[in-house]
Amino acid sequence: MKVEVKLFAVAKQLAGAEAISIELPAGATVQDLRAAIGAQHPVLREITTRAMIAIDTEYVSNDALVPENTDPENSEIALIPPVSGG
Amino acid sequence: MIELTEHPIDTQEVLRRVSSTQAGAVVLFLGTTREFTRGRQTLSLNYECYAEMAEKKLKELDAEAHQRWHLVATAIVHRIGQLGLGEASVAIGVSSAHRQDAFEAGKWLIDTLKEVVPIWKQENWADGTAEWVHPPDQTSPIEPFPPSNRSRKPND
Repeated sequence: MKVEVKLFAVAKQLAGAEAISIELPAGATVQDLRAAIGAQHPVLREITTRAMIAIDTEYVSNDALVPENTDPENSEIALIPPVSGG
Repeated sequence: MIELTEHPIDTQEVLRRVSSTQAGAVVLFLGTTREFTRGRQTLSLNYECYAEMAEKKLKELDAEAHQRWHLVATAIVHRIGQLGLGEASVAIGVSSAHRQDAFEAGKWLIDTLKEVVPIWKQENWADGTAEWVHPPDQTSPIEPFPPSNRSRKPND
């Protein structure tokens, strides 16, 4: 399956894009997604190790499943590098 | 009141929003743009956010603060976009009947905002470089919100 991952801050800067497309096998976990991002977009490998993943605006753990249906209304995936608001 | 804005923060409005005759204390925290950080000189800051999730997390923090402390009202405004030196990036207003709750809740809100809310700061340094700030030692935001030193509920 193909999923889209929204990018922010340094990740957006490094990729030169607001989102990237990632190829994943069905049943992939968030950990698999991390590995796939690093493999398919090597420039993002380092920041991905330090980033959280959010699905539908909630932080998810590495063993969470990546939703198969990536209808933007239902399962938006975002790479959240360490935050620095405030 | 929870707001993300590209406009300068209206601190008087933040105070108005939390003022109440039920309050004996009003606390206002401002995060402001500092000129020097570890010897490097800042010209300006640029803030970016994942707006939908940032608003959601700010609302969750706000609700949690009202759970943990006796508060009359809260207001959180975070600025997005370019900021100059001395300008406020964030304002947190808290009112309560007694000051301990307002002080503790205000501190907890800014401390937790800085760990959990998807907002990022980019430093525009005086040497012409720009750098996104991604702190290396953050606790995982996936855990329940961090504990506070002390919170007080009615019959404690």
